[in-house]
Amino acid sequence: MPKISTKNINAWFGKTRALRGISLDVPEKQVVAIIGPSGCGKSTFLRSLNRMHEVAGGTIEGKVLLDGEDAYALDPVVLRRRVGMVFQKPNPFPTMSVFDNVAAGLRLNGVRDKKRLAEVVEKSLRHAALWDEVKDSLDKSGVSLSGGQQQRLCIARTLAVNPEVILMDEPASALDPIATARIEELIHELKKEFTIVIVTHNMQQAARVSDFTAFLYLGELIEYDATTKLFTTPGNKQTEDYITGRFG
Amino acid sequence: MTDAGRGHRWRKFKNAAMLSLAGLAVLAAVVPLFMIFFYTLSRGIGSVNLDFFTQMPKPVGESGGGMANALAGSGILVGLGCLFGLPVGVMAGIYLAEFGQNRFGMVVRFMTDVMSGIPSIVVGVVAYILVVLPMGHFSALAGGVALALLMIPTVTRTTEEMLKLVPDSYREAALALGVQQWKASVRVILPAAMKGITTGLLLAIARAAGETAPLLFTALGNRFWSTDIGQPIASLTVIIFDYAKAPFEDWNRQAWAAAFVLIGLIFVVNLLFRYFTRDKYGRA
Repeated sequence: MPKISTKNINAWFGKTRALRGISLDVPEKQVVAIIGPSGCGKSTFLRSLNRMHEVAGGTIEGKVLLDGEDAYALDPVVLRRRVGMVFQKPNPFPTMSVFDNVAAGLRLNGVRDKKRLAEVVEKSLRHAALWDEVKDSLDKSGVSLSGGQQQRLCIARTLAVNPEVILMDEPASALDPIATARIEELIHELKKEFTIVIVTHNMQQAARVSDFTAFLYLGELIEYDATTKLFTTPGNKQTEDYITGRFG
Repeated sequence: MTDAGRGHRWRKFKNAAMLSLAGLAVLAAVVPLFMIFFYTLSRGIGSVNLDFFTQMPKPVGESGGGMANALAGSGILVGLGCLFGLPVGVMAGIYLAEFGQNRFGMVVRFMTDVMSGIPSIVVGVVAYILVVLPMGHFSALAGGVALALLMIPTVTRTTEEMLKLVPDSYREAALALGVQQWKASVRVILPAAMKGITTGLLLAIARAAGETAPLLFTALGNRFWSTDIGQPIASLTVIIFDYAKAPFEDWNRQAWAAAFVLIGLIFVVNLLFRYFTRDKYGRA
């Protein structure tokens, strides 16, 4: 059974239609990349999976299934703990230290046990490949880290609530090539335990990190296939034009 | 000379002209402040001594004495005002910023703006009707309510505006962690906006500390020591009002001293507040 399955999703912002009948299965512990030109609905699709689309005032139709169950029947608070999210721009909480940022998800959900918090923070930071760099400055401000470290801090913050799925919205687009490479390595590590859906502008990145790739254009799913297949022998003329750089 | 050269000069001239205008506006705002400060200082400093802070007012005809009761009274009145006013104002501001995008929010926002323009003496009358009449006598409690009513609009609107300045990305990050919306507001968004909100609170407190009119028929005034919030209480502003219009030279001097002390206290409270709510990572 797929981890996440969408059935004929349509999404709107007011009267503007952002997604047109998208049906797609995300297999468990695999990385699915969503590519397509700006404004094609990549981010909207991602945000419809954890109901963040409605936070921005959008509306949605169709079904999203998580482990075969209707995700929209769950309380959004519960859904978002199971389906975490990393954003395009690193956004550590500005008033919190490195430690507090990672602990935020648990603390704000009522966990007080200091020992458990310390354990989870260390485990999450190790998992996000940031522990060795920050273990001596856990009480420094989260925003004092470099951009790449901040993004890994945000990944650690997401991991700390122990989600099953991680959504990443162009997680490396604000980072330099070295920091980008580290995030990509991290994605390889994380997929051993988590299901990952990543939106990216960068086709090389999609080819490097993902097992499956979906190509979206003007709100429609044009092609969805194994990454190796989609990038070598695309089945659709539009996909071929896009990945060979003829538009977008 | 070329056209480009002339255009360049004209732009430089415009730049210099606008800069001077802005500079003049700053002077116009700051000069009166310094004049008030130094004039009060020169008239008041001579009568500020230990007695002023520790002694009670002397009966008419005797010189000397102090304003210990009014100092304590002002502290109690402003404290009561903060106790009633700040929580209501801050919470109303959170509501407007986070959940107020509807008709009810619009009405509240509009009423708050109208309320901040109501003359303070009218607010005093309202507190008189709400508290003094049912209790049957003047009291510190009534004064505190009057000051709270004056503080609420400023606090509400500053809190709302400062919360709206916090980037949405923090709100989204908190929600994406599976945090309830109200918790995200109180634990993540509110701390990020704290510095701006503090400024609003300080403005409200300073304004309340300097109010006289709403206290005249709520807290009334008291020539004796009292810390009972159920009884009339002295305050620096009301005592300034009484002493400044009195025909005794000594009282006039003490009124100047009280005015100076009041300004000084507001200054010190400002500094302390800023120190204790400063960013723990030392950003100014």
